[in-house]
Amino acid sequence: MTDSLPLTPEQLQRRRLLQGAAALPLAGLPALGFAAAPPTAQVNTTKLAVTDTEVTVGQLHSATGTMAISETGSIQAEQLAIDQINAMGGVLGRKIKVIKEDGASDWPTFAEKSKKLLVNDKVAAVFGCWTSASRKAVLPIFEKENGMLYYPTFYEGLEQSKNVIYTGQEATQQILWGLDWANKEKKAKSFFLIGSDYIWPRTSNKIARKHIENQLKGKVVGEEYYPLGHTNFNSLINKIKAAKPDCIYAVVVGGSNVSFYKQLKAAGITADKQFLLTISVTEDELLGIGGENTAGFYACMKYFQSLDNPNNKKFVEAFKAKYGAKAVIGDVTQAAYLGPWLWKATVEKAGSFDVDKIAAASKDVEFKEAPEGYVKIHENHHLWSKARIGQMTADGQFKLIAESPKLIEPNPFPKGYQ
Amino acid sequence: MGLSEMLNIALMQGFAGISLFSVLLLMGLGLAIIFGQMGVINMAHGEFMAIGAYTVFMASTLTEKFAPALASAYFPLAIVLAFALAFAAGWLMEWALIRHLYKRPLDTLLATWGLSLAMQQCFRSFISPKEVSPTLPDWLMGSWAPKEGLDIPINGLFVLALTALVTALVMLALYKSRWGLRVRATVSNRAMANAIGIDTRRTDRLTFAIGCGIAGVAGAAFTTIGSTGPTSGSLYIVDAFLVVTFGGAASLLGTVVSAFGIAQTQSIGEFFITGSMAKVITLSLIVVILMIRPQGLFASKVRR
Repeated sequence: MTDSLPLTPEQLQRRRLLQGAAALPLAGLPALGFAAAPPTAQVNTTKLAVTDTEVTVGQLHSATGTMAISETGSIQAEQLAIDQINAMGGVLGRKIKVIKEDGASDWPTFAEKSKKLLVNDKVAAVFGCWTSASRKAVLPIFEKENGMLYYPTFYEGLEQSKNVIYTGQEATQQILWGLDWANKEKKAKSFFLIGSDYIWPRTSNKIARKHIENQLKGKVVGEEYYPLGHTNFNSLINKIKAAKPDCIYAVVVGGSNVSFYKQLKAAGITADKQFLLTISVTEDELLGIGGENTAGFYACMKYFQSLDNPNNKKFVEAFKAKYGAKAVIGDVTQAAYLGPWLWKATVEKAGSFDVDKIAAASKDVEFKEAPEGYVKIHENHHLWSKARIGQMTADGQFKLIAESPKLIEPNPFPKGYQ
Repeated sequence: MGLSEMLNIALMQGFAGISLFSVLLLMGLGLAIIFGQMGVINMAHGEFMAIGAYTVFMASTLTEKFAPALASAYFPLAIVLAFALAFAAGWLMEWALIRHLYKRPLDTLLATWGLSLAMQQCFRSFISPKEVSPTLPDWLMGSWAPKEGLDIPINGLFVLALTALVTALVMLALYKSRWGLRVRATVSNRAMANAIGIDTRRTDRLTFAIGCGIAGVAGAAFTTIGSTGPTSGSLYIVDAFLVVTFGGAASLLGTVVSAFGIAQTQSIGEFFITGSMAKVITLSLIVVILMIRPQGLFASKVRR
């Protein structure tokens, strides 16, 4: 792709030297009120797009295509965070400028655009990706070009990179505590696992099965997968009726959810007769499913829009002020909101925009104003966060039922679960 | 598990098969007219279904806003409206695009595929990139439970009844009306039909529009079982073509039988083995049967 660049590396180099030269007189006069903003030469030794007044970051999500449904919330949350940071004066005295790229729900496009952001635009960080497939597509590029990606989605784990900060939960943070809760509070011994047929549901259910069989000494009475977009679950529902599990454990993704819950209700499986726990339904999905079809079922997440704490109240208010009173905020949207804030905190801790310094400084960076309460980056670049159980209400929200007493340590490579 | 419980599950599973049959048939009917009778490969068929589904969504939103008292009655009206809108869109499309391509089937395929992508982007830009589902009237929700442990989904019954009605109407129209006579004449020999004074262009346009209208009805009915998103149409299109091709393109009876066969194999398979394996078996069976009978289950007797 390099031959499509408008400028050769030499030309770029020259440009940057000129910019640097222009900045020098100002940088040399800290007494003139630039004390808060350290000189560019000091905070940017790797030729990133950082000037005395501005730092450029990239945003890479699907604004079109089939994933636009899910990624829109993340785009909005990241934009909100960046606006708020700019209103507070930016990062190291520099305003954040965003270059938006559209991955168009197509993984090679994600790879191409990430290369553009890193090589052409020299962005200091990228907030983006949603599906595991898109993350896997850009990962080699971020590692080769030494970029920094803040990735918001809860995902299957089994990955760790110097160049990625995972602001969502990895599999064990979402699954294990939820299953323990189901076992202890709901006396669930037998589980029926259902998922959409691709990597995240399958890996999640694999971990769930190991935990159920080895730790809880329970039984998995069925495990079924259906293609993404599948709309006919009647036979499956009859199978569930025949198997009579204590708990239906659902990892159904996307539009299939609507059919699945509508048909469950139509087959007479409602919350008063059956316990159901899911890790794939957030407020965003409930908007499509309709709260009346799911009322009473449970989900295990780290964030619900209804969380009652001052941070979250402020966040929800700001989000609705910007995107309308009807906007809903799901788990991933909140995780996306954390990205820019964590990056800001890390840059300020490192005193530099350089990717290597950020990667090294990330450990133990905290964000005390997180809507989910409090988060901290682990050495393995995942977040310490809590797990929570919410019960779905008829108006498409969740009622908080339980939360883990402590922050759960992220463990992307769990032993005994592979 | 007791005997009566097993009987209940067997009954419900039987109904699941019939329910899937009615869904597949309703999907295939519109296409059976357009593809089967006219030979037009309409890749945008799924998007016409989406038009129907979005119509119901709009109707539901408007009813909630302006006439909440009608919330339990709007649904049948919305289905009629879905037919009308999809019919109008089909009419327009035939006039603007399809009629120029009748002698170039492969170009039709490309053109309608492009059309389907354009329509998807329109849904995404002008309606919503998120999946939507209309608020359904209460009488359509839940299950009918004639006895303890036996739940028959009401939305399934509704789709079944609607499919029966639409199929009967199409059969009647095709075999008992002047329009049907003209369509069949045009299908068997276009030049001769033209020569004896049938306006084949007009017939084509009406046929295409009716096919699209039925797709709209199908889309409207499917809002009771699933959601509607910009790409919903592309999920239906494969099944629709499968049903029509397997049944024998020009035969309406073939479409009915093929929908029944596919639905039963699929749903019985799903129950006894896993969902994905059931799909593999169903599709392999179809491939084998089509290898033996390339013309599909029922071929119409047409002199070529």
